[in-house]
Amino acid sequence: MSKWVEAGLAVLLLAGPAAAEPLGLGRPALPEEIAAWDMTVLPDGTGLPEGSGDVWTGDEVFAENCAMCHGDFAEGLDNWPVLAGGAGSLQDRRPVKTIGSYWPHLSTVWDYVHRSMPFGMAQTLTPDDVYAITAFLLYSNGMVEDDFVLSKENFAEIAMPNAGGFYPDDRPETEYPEFTGDPCMSACAAGTEITKRAVKLNVTPVGPDGRPAGTLPDLHLAAAGTAAPAMETSEPEAPAETVTLAAAEAADPALVEAGGKVFKKCQACHKVGEGAKNATGPELNGILGRPVGSVDGFRYSSGMEALGSGGAAWDHDLLAGFLAKPKDVVKGTKMGFAGLKKDADIEAVIAYLSTFPAE
Amino acid sequence: MKSRDDKTHDPARRAFLGAAAASSAALAAGAARAAGPDPLITEVQPWASEFGDPVDASPYGMPIHFESQVVRRNVEWLTESPVSSINFTPIHALEGTITPAGCAFERHHSGAIELSKTDYRLMITGLVDRPLVFTYEDLTRFPRQSRVAFLECAANGGMEWGGAQLEGCQFTQGMIHNMEYVGVPLSALLEEAGVRPEGKWIYFEGADASSNGRSIPLEKAMEDVLIAFYANGEALRKEHGYPVRAVVPGWEGNLWVKWLRRISVYDQAVESREETSKYTDLMPDGRARKWTWVMDAKSVITSPSPQAPIYHGPGPLVITGLAWSGHGRIRRVDVSLDGGKSWQEAEIEGDPQPKALTRFRLPIQWDGSEMILQSRAMDETGYVQPTKDALRAIRGLNNVYHNNGIQTWWVRASGEVENVEVG
Repeated sequence: MSKWVEAGLAVLLLAGPAAAEPLGLGRPALPEEIAAWDMTVLPDGTGLPEGSGDVWTGDEVFAENCAMCHGDFAEGLDNWPVLAGGAGSLQDRRPVKTIGSYWPHLSTVWDYVHRSMPFGMAQTLTPDDVYAITAFLLYSNGMVEDDFVLSKENFAEIAMPNAGGFYPDDRPETEYPEFTGDPCMSACAAGTEITKRAVKLNVTPVGPDGRPAGTLPDLHLAAAGTAAPAMETSEPEAPAETVTLAAAEAADPALVEAGGKVFKKCQACHKVGEGAKNATGPELNGILGRPVGSVDGFRYSSGMEALGSGGAAWDHDLLAGFLAKPKDVVKGTKMGFAGLKKDADIEAVIAYLSTFPAE
Repeated sequence: MKSRDDKTHDPARRAFLGAAAASSAALAAGAARAAGPDPLITEVQPWASEFGDPVDASPYGMPIHFESQVVRRNVEWLTESPVSSINFTPIHALEGTITPAGCAFERHHSGAIELSKTDYRLMITGLVDRPLVFTYEDLTRFPRQSRVAFLECAANGGMEWGGAQLEGCQFTQGMIHNMEYVGVPLSALLEEAGVRPEGKWIYFEGADASSNGRSIPLEKAMEDVLIAFYANGEALRKEHGYPVRAVVPGWEGNLWVKWLRRISVYDQAVESREETSKYTDLMPDGRARKWTWVMDAKSVITSPSPQAPIYHGPGPLVITGLAWSGHGRIRRVDVSLDGGKSWQEAEIEGDPQPKALTRFRLPIQWDGSEMILQSRAMDETGYVQPTKDALRAIRGLNNVYHNNGIQTWWVRASGEVENVEVG
């Protein structure tokens, strides 16, 4: 008899027939395993590890790990989340919901940064880094001075401005009575004037025929033998495939595949492949051999522009060096990525990028 | 800001009107009397003479290529990164109630990860007598259950708070799917670990980089939550949490944590990022509702709709759609052809299952004039799906989530359909 069955029997005897008898499946979780996975921090700070961090260290760690998306001042680049500001905006038509203006608990900031950030490299920050980033975010939101040091000890003393701004679901009291009952079936009060048309906004993805993407085809047209409606094929079109294969001939397929996996670290900011556009970073089609800082419409750092105006191009060695230590190769680069540590990863990602020709 | 497609709709409309006119002509000629013998009938076609594919041409089949427009679709400008984003089920093109897994919408917060059954571990921690680790195989040894359940993202319809915005049932209401799950009741796993008396909340956490932690009350966990490993008869798809996800019937999709790796028992809600910063509903007074888990009753006409226009001209027309409620069974669905002035009861298909998609249909004789189509669901609690304006009167325009307001489609005489609002 397993000890879980024994334990279950013991519980049964103690708790009476209400408790179900365990089946004895699974095994005890070891303390090391629980420590590794149970890193939750509760609103009162329970679960925080030892450690501390100050605002200025946080500023540096944030610049290194977070600013590429959230901006140097936590203001949020492009559509990435804004983390600071927004105080008093929650009743505005476009409220700015930030850590300072909206989040009710500081524990959530610490817990989320520690567990799920940086985006694409989660769980790489030390507890001290996380304390420092959290201190910096409090400073960015005007909640502490620049000499502030956040630690496990003073964590619970921080009061969030919007701590009282939430209440449990009250739809059962405020909505359901109003929306329950026999509805009107005829001569109902309803305006029939068209007041809003989505077509006016023109923000819907469209297919090759200009109609909303995914519009079902008109079977009459196909039956009449006229041009088939724009059908999209799920198979890659032959010419595109040929181009890709031709470009990939030089690269080892296994290396290219490995590089595709490494590239996941990059793709939060960089797009590559058919139709790739600039995002937080420039698009990377044809990057090998491309003159440095030459993509139209991308605002490079002055360091990158200087390198490009000196005539440099992204050959293998320059790219490998940059991928290893971006900030050493290009002073002041906007690329906030710390660098790839393994040479094998660098070679793989270069092989992968070599398969995408310029468009 | 992502670039948006600059194509205007005007050429599309012209093309559409031309096509519709051609269809009507074809209908007029074809419905009553054929102009001549149909060669598809009178001539031996290749498929009636030659071989088709052998068995094994496709060991795991995809839909035939004629259906290639029926796919999940993304609205690129909605999010900054496709690994923390959402796409939409092509509900305008589907019938019945079960959503095929291959086109059931996806929402990831850090991308869909590959986690094998071999590498899978599920830990139960917190306020339990016996913190446990289960392998995938362990889970398959518990008695299991099946149930059909809809999964709706809390933000389904969220882009329509400010007014009609996207042209298509897929884009306005497609953050939903409905599958038949097989799994272990969460209550069985919790009983195996022994919940301590002070344990009141359950916390789910995924194995992906986002972890997407969410808290639910113990009562819900014991009531009907499944720890599922099959959907629609097969292993969960990667994008739906392979090998194991939480199924939380009737409650918002974000709670259905995928790649589930930890279930923990607490005496309070964890107040994670996904239940404070996100998935809370900002009200006009600047305060926010939290813990708004239940998806209220809703319905939408899936066809006709902007991506499923009427090509066949006047005459018999089947209006069809989906209804669902997180509170239980759908009791009735009404359809209006005149923007809500008058309503008629639609047919409900089969026996509606609680917290599952329900199919409704209303066959009509369309006279070819404009219609303003709406559907209105009622569930077994007596709740009636409200108008968008009725919701706005209470919640304002910044609610983001839980927009279960009535959807309006404007059917033009041409058969073309637009997403509109009436007032």
